[in-house]
Order: sequence, then structure tokens, then C-alpha cells
Amino acid sequence: MHRRAFVLALAAFGTSRWARAADVLNGFELRIGLTPVFLDDQAAFLNRWRIYLSERSGLRVSFVQRSSYREIAEQISGQALDVAWLCGYPYVMAQERLNVLAVPLHLGRPEYHSYLIVGADDAATAGFEDLAGKVFAFSDPNSFSGSLYPRFLLHRMGRSPEQFFRRSFFTWSHRKVVEAVASGLADGGAVAGYVWETLARIHPEITVATRVLARSPAYGFPPFVARAGLPREVAMALQQVFFGMRADGEGARLLETLNLDGFVPGDFSMYQPIRDMVRMVEGR
Amino acid sequence: MLRFKDLSFRYKIPLRATFLVLITAVTLTSANVAREYDQLRNDLFANAESLGSVLALTLVTPLLHDDLWRAYEIIGMPVRHEPQAALGAEWLLVLDGEGRVYASTRPREHPVGVSGSEVGGSVARLLADYDLPALHASQAVELADASEFHLLMPIRFDGVYLGTLVLAYPKSIFVPRFHSIVVRGALVTLLVLAVLLPMSWYWGRRMADPLVQLADCMSRVGERIPQMSECRLYESRDEVGRAGTQLKLMLAALREKEALEQQIIASERLAAIGRITAGIAHEINNPLGGMLNAISTYKRHGQPEHATARTLPLLERGLLQIKETVAALLVEARLKSHPLTTQDLEDLNTLLQPHLSRRQVRVLWEGGIAGELALPSTQVRQILLNLLLNAVQAAEAGSEVVCGIECAGSVLRCRVSNRGEAIPAERLNQLFEPFVGAAGEGNGLGLWVTYQLVQQLGGSIEVYSNAMEGTVVTVILPLEEGA
Repeated sequence: MHRRAFVLALAAFGTSRWARAADVLNGFELRIGLTPVFLDDQAAFLNRWRIYLSERSGLRVSFVQRSSYREIAEQISGQALDVAWLCGYPYVMAQERLNVLAVPLHLGRPEYHSYLIVGADDAATAGFEDLAGKVFAFSDPNSFSGSLYPRFLLHRMGRSPEQFFRRSFFTWSHRKVVEAVASGLADGGAVAGYVWETLARIHPEITVATRVLARSPAYGFPPFVARAGLPREVAMALQQVFFGMRADGEGARLLETLNLDGFVPGDFSMYQPIRDMVRMVEGR
Repeated sequence: MLRFKDLSFRYKIPLRATFLVLITAVTLTSANVAREYDQLRNDLFANAESLGSVLALTLVTPLLHDDLWRAYEIIGMPVRHEPQAALGAEWLLVLDGEGRVYASTRPREHPVGVSGSEVGGSVARLLADYDLPALHASQAVELADASEFHLLMPIRFDGVYLGTLVLAYPKSIFVPRFHSIVVRGALVTLLVLAVLLPMSWYWGRRMADPLVQLADCMSRVGERIPQMSECRLYESRDEVGRAGTQLKLMLAALREKEALEQQIIASERLAAIGRITAGIAHEINNPLGGMLNAISTYKRHGQPEHATARTLPLLERGLLQIKETVAALLVEARLKSHPLTTQDLEDLNTLLQPHLSRRQVRVLWEGGIAGELALPSTQVRQILLNLLLNAVQAAEAGSEVVCGIECAGSVLRCRVSNRGEAIPAERLNQLFEPFVGAAGEGNGLGLWVTYQLVQQLGGSIEVYSNAMEGTVVTVILPLEEGA
């Protein structure tokens, strides 16, 4: 909670202090790492978003995209990135070096679910247990919804993926998990509910070939995190832009494309259940 | 039922030409299709091989790292992004080192991790027929009853066998190409036909027309022999031309024969008539002589009463008329006469004069005779007089009758011609028969007598008559030998 108070204090800066902050901000090159926690394959949209963030914050924002969570997580831990949109799982594993900057709101809540999906034509599978001996698609090994949660389910059953499934593989992306299940390559898969719902809106032809078998309880939505050493003025400026997005026209349009309702402040406590689950499943 | 062999050559020749063009077109199109098939098949396997070798190289890393999704994306690329018209693969399949399905672009048909020999369709047969780990180069496979061509491409890394890439191409991939070739072939055929058909019809007609004319002309030969002017025959030295020439010769011979036959028939008839009339005339002559003698005796010695005296001359005149007629019928050459001289011809001219002035017709004498001719003058005068009187009678008023006389070798040729209405053809045949002449033209015995006289002199008589030249009678009399 002390972080939220700090953010509020930042918001109450006087005009004299603001002028000095502007000096720091001016020309600051902010590198934001993006992971496939959302549909990151929309170049034109990302450019619009980048320009929006730069103009509103006064920072020189650049996006860095990597295909795995792990690369982004390592880079921000190693200070090569300033901000990253990470899954809750890698965040909790490096939370001592990272601060939660903003948490997206999906359907009005800063939470999401892990979906277990099967082929739409597969009426026989009634629960996760029925996937025994089948082919299963995980998204990223460091994804909560696409990997940790199903492994948690298996852990509760006292099984490992290698024992339980005939074959399992990683697609390194939530969207591709949906494609793998839709094409029949995998019999089942684990995917971020947010990505599945967004896909259902913009590419219903893919999701229509899949069926949601089970939804996990709500967990903290993948947050924007800042490296520990990021100047406060910069972090604050960026937070203001995120929090204000839903209040202005272009921001609202960007949120519409992201299928998000806005950004709110957050802290580690929102992700404590994920941390607990890692400890349970992986023993670390 | 019209059979082809009954058709006229006019149609047969063009139809055969059309048939030939069609055969040629079908043959050429088939050859094209066959060549195109080979070409396409080679292209297909060349394409498949280059694609397969690139994919096999690309698949090494995912296979080594066991990255199923990456392998799936790699093999999905050509299926997803090849345009439909190109020689696109139907499906691709990666079998791992143990022959299990690693990834397929048709995961529902080829489930991940299932042994290839348990997968339906052609995969199991490929596995059964080929020892995949032993394969060192790509292998094109055409299973007879499968609907696809296959290319087997081993995936090797550093000599180690990792798996096999199978590319499947539908055999129906050629159908649109074949379709377009056949359509193109049909179009070209139609074009060629459009050009060749009118030509072949034209040439066919040109070849057939002489034959058709020949056949037409020959089919007219039946009850009568066609005139040469009725048959248009093709003139040339080829076979048809020669047949035409031969036909002309045959027709001419036929016509000659026919004329001869008719002549024989006519003269036989006249001879028969002559015999009958002579017989009847003799039979009449005998009682007639008696009757005339009786009347003469009665007139000289009898005392006839008034009525009888008036009747007897009537009877006598009637009997004399019968005697004259019979005498005319009985043309007897018994009369002795002197040889023919120019004087006889002049006498004829004198005899004709009254008739000429009445009809306003002139006689033109041509030729003549020199000295005496060994022919009985009485008969010759009778013949010429009869002919000239007929000619004058038939001549148009104010026209000329021509009498040509010439002595040629051992014959005397007399030619009497006049202008005027032609003698109808049906009368020409019976011209010399007695009592045939139209009413009011004498007793109809003139030409009969003439004919009999000519016959007795061993000569011939011919009549030629048409509207243009009038009527010409030609008499040929042989001179008596030793006279």
C-alpha cells in the first residue's frame, strides 16, 4: 500500500517541482518491453500507441518486442528495459527488482482467468482430467495462464505434463495456442482468457473452432512493471498517461483496440496468489 | 435408311475431309495432353523437391529442439501461402525418426504422436513400401490407387536421420491444366475446320462434279439415247475425263445402231406392205380386166336400154379408176425405156411449169448430166417428178425449190429441197407408206410409188426435215452395169 500512497503523493507535485521534472523527462528514452500477454502482432496499432505514449508523457518511448516472456523478464531485471508488460508469473519471480506501474482493467476488473480450451467439435471432453493421453498446447513456459495454471492443476492431481499428456508443446504465444487447438494439432490448450476473448472479438473464425472447457478463478492481470531504478518523474509521467487513457479520445480508441477498460495502480499483493502457486508447483 | 456409301460424292468427299481434320485434331490434342502431363509431372516433382529440400533444412532445428509448434508453422507455410493456381501441396507431414507423426498440416487426419502405420490413407502404405531411414535423397512416389503424388524428403543433420518430410500433391492438380489444353485444342480445331471445311467442300464438289455429270448422263441412257448436247461432260485426260470420252463414243455407236435398226424396221415394213399390195392388186386386176372387157363387149354388141346406157359409162369410169389406182400400187418396172438424157430433165421442167405458176414457186436446177446415163429414163423421170411436185406443193409461196443432180462415180445423186413447214417426226417414219398423206394432198401414193421405183432400181432414198432448213429428199441411184 505504501507504493500507492507514493504515487498519489507524486500526483500532488507543485508547479515548481513539475518544471524540474519536465527537465528530467525531456528527451528521456523510455524502453518498454512487450510480451505476447496481449495480441502483439499489430504493428500499425503499436506505432499509434507508441506515439500516443510519447506525446502525452513527453518521453521518447520505444517498444521492444520479444517472443518469449523470459527474454523480456531478463532484460528488465538487467536494467536493459525501463518498463515491461509482463505476465504476473515472471513478475512475482523478480518482484524485488520491479515495481508495478499500472494494471490493466479487463471487463472492469484488474483480473483475468486462465482458459482451458478444446476443439469445438470435441464434445466428449468434459473436464481437464479427460485430456489424459491427449496432445496439449501450452503458450509460454513463463506464462501464468498458459503454463503455470495447468501445471498447477496437474500438480494437484499428482501428475506431471509428461506423464499425463501423450504429447505437449509450447507455442510461445496465447494466440497460437488457440490456433493449435482450432487446427486440431493439439487436443487441448491453456490460454489467457483475456487473449481468447479479444480474439473472439476480432478473429471469431479462429475461436469459433474452440470451446472453453474450464475457467480458472480470477488472478491479477499481467501488469506494466518498471525497473527499480527508473527515475520517479519518469514513472509518474508514464502512470499519468496510463491512468488518463480512458478519459481522452485517442486513449479510449487505443483501449478499445486492446479490449481493455483502462489502467489502475496496483501492487505486489494482487499477485501474491500467483507467488504462492509457484511455490507450490515448483517448490521455489 | 440412308447409308454412307449411298451418299453422293459431293458429300462423301467433304465428309471424309472433315473426318480427317477431326482425327488429326484429336491426335494432336492427345499428344499435347500427354506431353503436357509429362511436363507438369516433372515440374511438379522439381518444385516439390526444391521446396522439400528447403523445408527439410529448416526443420532440422525444430526437430533437434523438439519444437513442435515451430515445425508445424514451417510446414504450414507453403500450404497457407501458395496461391491456389500454382502447383501447391495438398498436405505436408513430418514423420519423426521412429516413423511417428511429428507434425502435419492436417492434424486431424494425422494426429500428433501417432505411429504413421496407424494413420489412414497413403501414409501407412508409404511407410510399408519404403525404408525411410535408409533414404538419402528425395524420392518421388506415385502410388497407383492413391489420389495424390508423394515426395519423400529425408531430414538429416550431420548425417543423423531426424525424420522424413512427406509432401502430398493432388493428382487432380493437372485437371484444370488439361481442361485448358483441351479447350484450346478444341478452339484450334474449330478454327482449322472453319478454314478447311469450306475448302474441302469446294474441292470435294470440284472432284465430284465430273463424276456426277457422268453418272447423270449415263442414267439418261434408257428408252432413248441422249443427245450429246444434253450431257455436259468434263473434258480432261484424267480417269473421269477418259470415262467421259469413252461414254461419248459408246453413245455415238448406240445412236448409229438405233438409226440402223429403225431403217431396217422401216424398209421391212415397206417391203411387207409392198408384197401385200402387190398381191391384192393382182387379185383385183384379174376380175377387173374381165369386168372391163364385159362392159366393152356389151357396149359394142349389146342393145342397152336407156337407163343401162346411162349406167354403163359410170360403171366403166369407176372400174377404170380402180384400175388406175391398182396400177399405181403395182409399180412395175417392166416398161422398157431409153437411157436418161438431159432432154428428160428439160421435159420435167416443162411438165412442172403449170404447177409452178399456180404456186408462185421457182425451181432452181443445179448440176446436171452429160450425155446418156445408164438409167431407165421413164422411172427416173417419174421419181423426180413426184419429188418435185411434192416439194412445190410444200414450198412457201414465192420461195425456191432446189433440184441438184450430180453424177458421182457409179451413182446418180438427186437432191430436192424446199423451204417451208417441216414434216412432223411421227410422220417421217411412215412417209413412204401408201394412203398415209393428209387429206387433200393427192391419193397419198406419190411417195409410195417413188419408193417402189427407187427400190426397183436398187437405190436409196432419205428424207431430212427440220424447221430451219426445210425438207431435203436425197435419192441415190446406182448406174446400171454394162449399159
